[in-house]
Amino acid sequence: MNSPVRNTFDVVGQPTPKKDGIPKACGQAEYADDLSMPGMLHGKLLRCPHAHARIVRIDTTRAKALPGVRAVITGADFPGVRYGNLPQTRDYLPLALDVVRYIGEEVAAVAAVDEDTAEEALDLIDVEYEPLPAVFDPDEAMKPGAPLVHDKVANNISAKTAFEFGKVDEAFTRADYVREDVYETQPVKQGMLEPHACIGLWDATGKVSLWSCKMSPYVVWRQLAMGLGLELRNVRVVQTVVGGGFSGGKQEAMPMDFCAVMLSKKTGRPVKIVHTMDEVLTIGHMRHPMKIWLRTATDKSGRILAQHCKMVANGGAYSSIGGFSMYLAGAMLNIPYRIPNLRYEAYRVYTNNGFCGALRGHTNTQICFARDSQLELIAVDLGIDPIDIRHRNALQPGDVTANGFRIGTFAFDECIDRVVQLSGWREKRGRLPKYRGIGFGCGSHISGARLMGHSASAAEIRIQEDGTVHLTTGSTDVGQGADTVLSMIAAEVLGVSVDDVRYIRVDSDSTPVDPGTFGSRVTFFTGNAVKRAAEDARRQLAMIAAERLGANPDDLVFRNREIVNRHDDRQRISLKEAVRWGAFQTGRLIISHGTYAAGDEKIDFRTGHGNLSPAYNPSACAVEVEVDPDTGQVKIVGFWGADDSGFPINPMGVKGQVIGATVMSFGHALFETLIRIDGKVMNPSFRDYKMPLMTDIPRLANFRHDNVITFEPEGPFGAKEAGQGAGTGVIAALANAIYDATGARLNCLPMSPDRILFALRQKEESAGAPSEVAAE
Amino acid sequence: MKHLMPITLRVNGEIHELLVPPWRTLLEVLREMIGLTGAKRSCQEGQCGACSVLVDGRSVNSCLYLAVEAQDKDIRTVEGLMQEGVLDQIQKSFVQKGAIQCGFCTPGFVVATTSLLNENPEPSEDEIRHAMVGHLCRCTGYVQIVEAIQDAAGQLKQQRGG
Repeated sequence: MNSPVRNTFDVVGQPTPKKDGIPKACGQAEYADDLSMPGMLHGKLLRCPHAHARIVRIDTTRAKALPGVRAVITGADFPGVRYGNLPQTRDYLPLALDVVRYIGEEVAAVAAVDEDTAEEALDLIDVEYEPLPAVFDPDEAMKPGAPLVHDKVANNISAKTAFEFGKVDEAFTRADYVREDVYETQPVKQGMLEPHACIGLWDATGKVSLWSCKMSPYVVWRQLAMGLGLELRNVRVVQTVVGGGFSGGKQEAMPMDFCAVMLSKKTGRPVKIVHTMDEVLTIGHMRHPMKIWLRTATDKSGRILAQHCKMVANGGAYSSIGGFSMYLAGAMLNIPYRIPNLRYEAYRVYTNNGFCGALRGHTNTQICFARDSQLELIAVDLGIDPIDIRHRNALQPGDVTANGFRIGTFAFDECIDRVVQLSGWREKRGRLPKYRGIGFGCGSHISGARLMGHSASAAEIRIQEDGTVHLTTGSTDVGQGADTVLSMIAAEVLGVSVDDVRYIRVDSDSTPVDPGTFGSRVTFFTGNAVKRAAEDARRQLAMIAAERLGANPDDLVFRNREIVNRHDDRQRISLKEAVRWGAFQTGRLIISHGTYAAGDEKIDFRTGHGNLSPAYNPSACAVEVEVDPDTGQVKIVGFWGADDSGFPINPMGVKGQVIGATVMSFGHALFETLIRIDGKVMNPSFRDYKMPLMTDIPRLANFRHDNVITFEPEGPFGAKEAGQGAGTGVIAALANAIYDATGARLNCLPMSPDRILFALRQKEESAGAPSEVAAE
Repeated sequence: MKHLMPITLRVNGEIHELLVPPWRTLLEVLREMIGLTGAKRSCQEGQCGACSVLVDGRSVNSCLYLAVEAQDKDIRTVEGLMQEGVLDQIQKSFVQKGAIQCGFCTPGFVVATTSLLNENPEPSEDEIRHAMVGHLCRCTGYVQIVEAIQDAAGQLKQQRGG
């Protein structure tokens, strides 16, 4: 089913610079913080200093009296309606009402003539708190008698998921080999450079507008309406240029968004609020820290017979998208290996920490770290080559997984082989000097998810009278290149250049509704919608051109801004002429639309069964490291990856996506972690929350990522996901490389120098005693 | 308002006569008083480099640079690198090589590259990496940025007839 490569296209498949590259390169792109409006005020949010407390009293008198302050609001200024992502877990409020549940939660907001004044006013708001017992560790939080983060939620279980496929107990009983390990992952942040920012306006007609850097503006649109108690028609969300997202706060309506519009209502002025980086790193929105217990049964040859996974996630104080995260982590156990029998139990636990949700690779990153780390140990125990064990268990095109994923194109074996070849694996493995090692890791991802709520994407196209294309979708470019990919798809169909397509940012007043940018869905879902819209426009144009030329519309081809009869190229008309004739003489405007809903399959989230995505993609990578035994520092010497992103519509963009995802995983693997003591974030700054720098990547000659090209029949022009899957196997590859270099196995992230030194020390101490890690 | 100091700033060749509190940073004055928003407000503590501007040809973090210190110096922002609406070579290379995704770090990188190539027109890969160590990019993984800087250096060399 891995169809042969096909590239007879003019536009798609060509490396294409990003459409908004020019304004971004010269400082003209307008991010939310770059906007200002006449009479605009500046807002600031007061945050709670307690991990868990009852709000006894808020007195804003002194703050309101400060010259320059125009309004102060508290939770009482909102209708008190809770909002959230999933119907069953709506637990957010615009501002806290009676109880605060983590350090940094918003309790009041100020609008003033400038930020300094607003900041000063925050100090003048008197809040009396009655501290409540708090709980930070999920295991503690689940125990009977633990403080309850939310009164009505027993044992602090925010969400749980359990499913079982096949005959798990039987498979474990007949297995030749069984192994269990525990892996722990840490809280890491999205780390986008643009802090959340917005401008809110409540106008005299009662209409609320929000300009903000949102990845999923329509989610924000619905949530704003919900939390403000307004009809959707009275809410407008306008997307500004997004300075990086990676999920998190840019997916949802945040307290700052509600406060900006409410402060605007109080003052009659537009109100801008911009988070400081300290706030970005202190508030919720981060990857779920997980404790993953994984038990695997294999036969003698290393073929996996069954897996049993128990997972506990530290969810923090609120739900965010966490209910879905618990399903997703278990679902991701089904790719990219064949697991015929699977049992999964997951608990998301409320604690008095910043809350967790999605972040690039959403739960898949954690699961892949655990699984591919363990697979390596299984290979060692059974004396199997680490490459062979991956081939032996690789999902194949045409497979149906235990949980009902139908695997279409899936060039996993080819990805593994490509990485073996690129990395020089056979020459290096076992032959590198001491403290130098090479490790392998694999991952996978989905191309968008079929969701219970809003799943489909839509696109609208108008052909302007100069023959250019006006393209609107509800999807957002967040830097990943959706503007370019979607424009390329329209350009290919209509025979124009990418520059002839004008791609419009989302404005809920004028663009088609869309679920948003997450789950690697945009190229696939919105791309298909754009392709259909463009095909519809092409049909309309062909009718007009056929009349004008006296030709059969089926004979007309669209190329180089012209419509030409394929049988007689003297019969031709420019796109512009066709559009003008249609509009001016016959009253026909070229307006078209297309939608894509990925069929009518549904997931049963109670049983966990169903075909989540219309396509799946595998990835593999090898990483070579050098470990300094005196300092525990890991230097990444080389990285070689391959993934099957289907047919890359924009190879330049795909390269940026897969390498970007890879380097983000370097940080998550080796040093990034949000340090929290009793719920207080100790490193809310880029000085102390370290992200990868240019010096942390291998030299270009040793840093390569290839696409194994398949042609996914369901994808637009054969394309699949590119932005997340490539990063999912990287952390395990690093763990396996460190193991290869030192014999020390790190099951806890990040694999920071202190942990590496500790593991080396432990290994030295236990030298002599038989140990699984003494394999040097 | 008390504490205001009169200063003259020369930004992208234009003279600005301003009254500013002495604690205002160059970044704040550029963005809020002069209306040049190309330099970005991100970490505000000199870690990310998104606010970089050229002061007398050298890249500085404008979030850590007081506006009053910039008096009588030649300030150039990312907006001032274009010539009559046309991108300069470094900007072109960033666009052409796919070095731009979300673009929030881009003005800083472009400014820092200008500074680097002024001082060292033919930097090695290691020299590029070390020159850019004060700049964070969360999107690209840096590879295409290194390639853009190498491309710009090569193109500029060719344009010089080297």
